[in-house]
Amino acid sequence: MEAFEYARPTSKEEAVKLLAGTWGETEVLAGGTDLLSLMKDYASNPKRLVSLSGIAALKGISSQPDGDLRIGATATLQELIASPIVAKQYPALVEAAHGVRSPQIQSLGTVGGDLLQRPRCWYYRGGHGLLAQHDGKSLVPDGENQYHAILGNSGPAYFVNPSSFAPILIALGAKVRVHGPSGAREVELSKFFRTPSSESEREYDLKPNEILTEILVPAPGGAKMAVYEVREKEALDWPLAAAAVVLNTSGKTVKSARVVMGHVAPIPWPSPEAEAALAGKTISESVADEAGKAAVAKATPLSKNAYKVQLARVATKRAILAAAGGA
Amino acid sequence: MSRKKDKLARPPGRGSVSRRDFLRGAGVAVSGGLIAGETTKARAAAGATTPILGPGKVPITLRINGKPQTLELEPRVTLLDALRNHLDLTGAKNVCDRGTCGACTVILDGDPVYACNVLAIEAQGRNIQTIESLTVGGKLHPVSAAFVEHDAQQCGFCTPGFVMAVKAFLDHHPNPTMESVEKGLGGNLCRCGTYVGIRKAALQAAKSVKGGLHNA
Ligand SMILES: Cc1cc2nc3c(=O)[nH]c(=O)nc-3n(C[C@H](O)[C@H](O)[C@H](O)COP(=O)(O)OP(=O)(O)OC[C@H]3O[C@@H](n4cnc5c(N)ncnc54)[C@H](O)[C@@H]3O)c2cc1C
Ligand code: FES
Ligand code: FES
Repeated sequence: MEAFEYARPTSKEEAVKLLAGTWGETEVLAGGTDLLSLMKDYASNPKRLVSLSGIAALKGISSQPDGDLRIGATATLQELIASPIVAKQYPALVEAAHGVRSPQIQSLGTVGGDLLQRPRCWYYRGGHGLLAQHDGKSLVPDGENQYHAILGNSGPAYFVNPSSFAPILIALGAKVRVHGPSGAREVELSKFFRTPSSESEREYDLKPNEILTEILVPAPGGAKMAVYEVREKEALDWPLAAAAVVLNTSGKTVKSARVVMGHVAPIPWPSPEAEAALAGKTISESVADEAGKAAVAKATPLSKNAYKVQLARVATKRAILAAAGGA
Repeated sequence: MSRKKDKLARPPGRGSVSRRDFLRGAGVAVSGGLIAGETTKARAAAGATTPILGPGKVPITLRINGKPQTLELEPRVTLLDALRNHLDLTGAKNVCDRGTCGACTVILDGDPVYACNVLAIEAQGRNIQTIESLTVGGKLHPVSAAFVEHDAQQCGFCTPGFVMAVKAFLDHHPNPTMESVEKGLGGNLCRCGTYVGIRKAALQAAKSVKGGLHNA
């Protein structure tokens, strides 16, 4: 890891003043479970770290007067798991946090950091840049792409979004609040992630001198929800494919559904096709299976990741069944 | 492309940060240059009042096993390196240095963390507990004793991290089951495959702790 300057402000306004206007000059430090590893691998070489650990306003999980759930950007996964409000109203968020099996990561890692963790693409981590390009051409399509994207992969990015929380938070209609030099703004989480088109862009809608301050999740109002992940290892790893499902039902009939897949594309991947396949239906094994099939109908696997198409299909099917099953 | 070698062996205080380049980029007001090895003085960025520390050595006070210790460290030094390389507390092991194995597990304010994931400077003001604190007057902690009894190690390299993970788990879950132990120790790897012994040791330690065989 390169040497860097360190500052620990106590307000978000101060934090923003300490950040540079260009990516790479400075980095924001939350739990550090991702950032320090990136720095040790020289995938990130900031000249200054701005720690968020001293900013009380970014902490905590609470119900807002309007019924929204407010998750402070630096609330830890452990706090989310322990929160009675979350357990009662958003069981799928707790499931997502449990998916990150390591208690050590749960006690340091923050929800904001989970959303903003950088891709696990081994070309990126190995120093080939976010887009893994050599002479203007990506190394991924002809390379070791077994963990890469099967959707939204027409280039130039082939990595997958690594966050376990993004799909379920998007399915729940969450927004994020961001603080920058000109104050606060809110963004729908469904519009927050994007596929970078050049090395100088990031995979999310944040400027270098902005910080994520909180995540706002609307009251679920009786919606049924679940996440389902397919993993290679039981712990200390990221899912190969995952799906998050939120069902609004009337009796046994699905009025509307939100289906968002994870680890299949450079951004969390909503599936209007699967949502359409569920609307107006009563959930059964075959309805869930059809929706899973619809979710991956447009998949365009790379040379070594066709197996992920089946995993994403099954993850979607099982998430639908789990959501309908109550939980 | 950064296929660089680890630069930790570099003389202290001489990071690759070109101060002049950075000033241009980030608008930072600095007084005085940086002398190798000298503790850097705090400064502030334009318009901000928060002190900026480093990249050279700065005084860092850590409360380890109940005792405050002050060191001079660069901000980039991890808690794991501070313990092992500067305080001679070599119980926590450096295996992956990337938060993916658990060998460096210590307890921070009651919760298990990977010491390789924490900067020493960020651990200030918190209670850091390392495996060195578990043996009091030559008497093993019930968790360590249960590891011995159940032959819960082979090469032993993962053991200190596992012992701390078990201790933290039992502190929060005094009535564990085999299933909850298996899940609760999901943050530690053992390449020799001693999981069965470790899980049995955890269950036995839970009983001993309740029976009052307690050290720390
Ligand atoms: C072995 C291992 C397994 C893991 N498994 C999973 C998994 O299964 N699923 C999963 O989702 N994650 C997984 N993770 C990742 C982990 O959950 C996240 O890394 C963690 O929640 C990130 O939070 P952090 O606070 O440590 O982030 P940091 O490392 O502090 O930050 C991550 C990134 O986000 C930026 N950042 C953080 N907070 C803010 C903010 N408020 N404003 C602006 N920028 C910010 C940082 O600059 C950095 O670029 C795993 C990590 C490890 C090491
Ligand atoms: S050395 Fe810290 S987790 Fe492996
Ligand atoms: S005993 Fe050898 S790694 Fe666990």
